[in-house]
Amino acid sequence: MRKIIGIILLIIICWGIILALHKIPFGIPKTKVGEYYIDKGREETGAANIVTSVVVNYRGFDTLGEVTILFLAAIGLGAVLSNFKEKGKRKIELASLILKTGCRFLFPLILLFGAYIFIHGHLTPGGGFQGGAIIASAFLLVYLGCRGRIFNEVGCKITESLSGLVFIVMGLIGLTVGGHYFLSNFMLTGQINTLFSAGIIPIIYIAIGLKVGSELTGVIDNLMEKS
Amino acid sequence: MIIVVSLLIILMLISAIAALIYKDLISAVIAACMVSLIAAVLFYFLQAPDVAMAEASIGAALVTAIFVIAIRRTRRHEE
Repeated sequence: MRKIIGIILLIIICWGIILALHKIPFGIPKTKVGEYYIDKGREETGAANIVTSVVVNYRGFDTLGEVTILFLAAIGLGAVLSNFKEKGKRKIELASLILKTGCRFLFPLILLFGAYIFIHGHLTPGGGFQGGAIIASAFLLVYLGCRGRIFNEVGCKITESLSGLVFIVMGLIGLTVGGHYFLSNFMLTGQINTLFSAGIIPIIYIAIGLKVGSELTGVIDNLMEKS
Repeated sequence: MIIVVSLLIILMLISAIAALIYKDLISAVIAACMVSLIAAVLFYFLQAPDVAMAEASIGAALVTAIFVIAIRRTRRHEE
């Protein structure tokens, strides 16, 4: 009986979706905003990567919202896991020498790669979120390979707060100095395709990368230590 | 090119179904990780390297690790 009701509901939902979708012509651009970004994005923002110019410059406020959602998720996880006791006295199984040495060798390289991804966000594919996730996976490797290392939780929190503050302060400076809207590009765009170009985009992407990296590292630390 | 993409999509479907069928949850998580990894490759073929990097680093690495940690805390086999 439940299966039949489920199938009927599924058919009704599919019918509604088909009815809604079949009037939309596929492959025909309906809005001009995408074409505008492709045509004018490079000159206006100075970023060689158009995706970055949209994510940080034209839609910077949305990015602030995404970072805030991630922050709230990390806080919620910490609040849920704070009821568990820390198992400090649990016997930690140490990894073998080969695994430990491999982790020690790979950790700085992965960290460097993550930093490269978010510093060069306006030139090559990638950006703050991707670089932050790569940095967090480097810390995950340390947790798996070299157990028993003490993780500096306070430093992680300070990094996260400072980078969030940098994001907001850059937006507020844009509100007062530049184009008089939040997160406007008030710095010089400079020579395209060079590292020091695109105004505030590299600064904001470095802030996002550090923030996402420290937040996800905090999530992994909470999960590994308290469970 | 189109053959490679179709093979990848078929592999992705097989892994998605495997993730549903497996009773051993660790195997199911690895199959879901495989779906993310193939999705990342497909995003790259569709000329969206930004999304591919996000999918590979978050979907395949971090989410898998978090699921494995959660399974270690609970039961490994589904009833």
